[in-house]
Order: sequence, then C-alpha cells, then structure tokens
Amino acid sequence: MAQFTLPKNSKYTEGKTWPKPAGASNVQEFRIYRWNPDDGANPRIDTYYIDRDDCGPMVLDALLWIKNNVDSTLTFRRSCREGICGSCAMNIMGGNTLACTLGIDDCGSDSIKIYPLPHMPVLKDLVPDLTSFFAQHASIQPWLQTETAEPETEWRQTPEERSKLDGLYECILCACCTTSCPSYWWNGDRFLGPAALLQAYRWLIDSRDEATGERLDNLHDPFRLYRCHTIMNCANTCPKGLNPAKAIAEVKKMMVARAV
Amino acid sequence: MADNRADTRVSMRTPLARVKGLGAAGHGVEHWWIHRVTAVSNIPLIISFVIIVAALAGSSYEQAIAIISHPLIAIILILAVISVTNHMRLGMQIIIEDYVHDKGYKIVALIVNNFYAVIIGVACLYAILKVSLGRILV
Repeated sequence: MAQFTLPKNSKYTEGKTWPKPAGASNVQEFRIYRWNPDDGANPRIDTYYIDRDDCGPMVLDALLWIKNNVDSTLTFRRSCREGICGSCAMNIMGGNTLACTLGIDDCGSDSIKIYPLPHMPVLKDLVPDLTSFFAQHASIQPWLQTETAEPETEWRQTPEERSKLDGLYECILCACCTTSCPSYWWNGDRFLGPAALLQAYRWLIDSRDEATGERLDNLHDPFRLYRCHTIMNCANTCPKGLNPAKAIAEVKKMMVARAV
Repeated sequence: MADNRADTRVSMRTPLARVKGLGAAGHGVEHWWIHRVTAVSNIPLIISFVIIVAALAGSSYEQAIAIISHPLIAIILILAVISVTNHMRLGMQIIIEDYVHDKGYKIVALIVNNFYAVIIGVACLYAILKVSLGRILV
C-alpha cells in the first residue's frame, strides 16, 4: 500500500537550538530540517535565530545569514537568487517554493519552518536527490525533432504559433510541482510528474516539431500520463505561476483527438 | 517496477533506463475516455433510476411488477446498470493502481475488481429481465 507514515529512520526528532544573535533587537526564528548521511542519526529540526536588521528580505537571505553567521554546516542548493535557476526549491511553511523569491515577511509566522522538497530521497539537510526527476525530463526528449531538411536560416513559426509556448517555456525545472503531487508521491517511479509532462506538452504544441505522434506514443501509458487526477497542487505551488495541470489536460485532449 | 527509484544500492542501471522502464503501455486513452463518457451517461440514468425507485416506494407487489415490466423503464434500468458498473470498475481500477503497490496484491485486487463489477452487473440485469419478462415467459 501507499506509505502514509514516515519510515522509522525518517522520523525527525527535536534538534539543537542555536544561540540568538547577540545584541539584536529584531529577531526571527527558523525551524529547519537537518539530516546528515554520515552520522547514522534520524533527521532533526534545528532552531535558529537571525538578526533581521543585518539580513536581506528573502528566506534565502536568512539561510545564507545562518550559514555565514551561525552554522556553516547547514546545507542547501542556491545559485541565482532571483527565481530563474530553480536551485533553492524547498518546502517553506508547508508549501513548495523558491527560497529566493519568498519574502521572510510573507511567511507570516513567528517561527518559519523549512523542509526539503517532499517525498524525495534526501542527500543532506535541504538537498533532495533529483536524479530521477531529471531523468524523467530527459525521457520526454525535450528538444526540437524534425525530418524535413533543415532550412538555411531558422525554423519559422507565426506569432500565434509562438504564443502557444507562453506559460510553458518559463518552467525552470525547480521540481516544486512534481514533489507537491500526491500521484507522484505514490507512483513517482512510473508517473512522469507535472514538470516533465508540462515540458512534454511544450514540445507537443510547438508548431515546428515533427515528432508529435511519437511524443504522444511515448506518453500513452496508464502511469506515465494518466496518473494525473487533476489534483492541482502543481498549479497551486508553482513559484513561476504556471499551470502544469492545464498542460496535462491538453495532452489528454490530444490523446482523445487522435483516438476518437 | 516499484523499486526502481534512484537508489543505487538496488540497481546500477542508469536513471534514464530506470525511468523508461518497460516502455509506454500504448493504452490508457480508452480507459480515460470511457470513464468520462460513462460519467456523462450516469447523470440522466441515475436521475431516472432515483425517480423509478421513488415511484416503486409504497406501491403494491403487482404495481411494482407492472412498473418494471414497462419496456421503457426496463431499458432505462438496464442502461443504468451497464453504465454504472462500467464506471465503477474503471474508477476502482484507478484507485487500486494508485495505492496498491505490492505486485501480488495488485493483480489480485484488479482481478477481484473485474469479477465484482461483472457479477454485480449480471445479477442486476438478470433481476430486471426476470421481473420485466417474467409475465411473458411464464
């Protein structure tokens, strides 16, 4: 059956409470998931305090402040700090989002809780193993496929055809949607998940692509595509405001269109 | 294939090989489409069914036999049984595939689900035909 409780070695315990910054008048509490693959211990929740007057406005700023000033072992991914690389996706206050685009004030809590993306293997602290996620993206062959001889200049499309890619090409593959999806939690080994399926639709709807049929064949499977039950967590959580559920619904419509 | 997540202790296959698995099954659209079609057909058929049951309530045995013997009523009931049991079977199969991951249990559950829907459907059809045709055949 599906697992509704955490495995024994994943149950977290109360961790260390780190000292408050000395002399700070504006303090914010953070409760952060910690797990170290090397010590054999269960995950724990550490409590940190940051000096808001010395820290930037975003949750990522707070994590960097903690790493620089309190605990250099706190591990997380980050790169661009402006919502375009997708590295700092994590579960903040119960929702998957990018730490760099979420303001500390917008968390609206005295104690901000941060966990890694749900239901993925954890490598360390806030770093999930996304190997399978990226392999699923690769499996939908996210590149232009053509048979017609290549034109001397670029493949052309009308502004209308190009506009169909809006709301799809913006995806940064942060995995917020896929790891928020219960269907992916239960069947993530066979269901491709919202991010990969949104990318699949991005190539299905591209007027320049000549492999539409083969792409649909590749998705025509009770698990790869049809595990999506339009739960909509994906659209709810997407930090870029995209709607993977709608893209998946469009793929299902294409499946019917060629069968009925 | 429920054990093919990115655990290199289980397998040294590449992540892409694990994701591609046994390939696309090449079906699923029929299941999805018929589930939707029967959802639509269920709407008028269930409403009719409720009205028929309400009409039967409090009627005498002879009146009840007479109502179900009416060709239109009998056909509506037969269509309702076919539509509902099909919809039930397809929906339950999705739930089993979602939540039952043990290979053995899953196969058993899928078979039981099919048997259950067919038995319920055939029993209902038999009852409707027996009641509605009973007077002619006797």
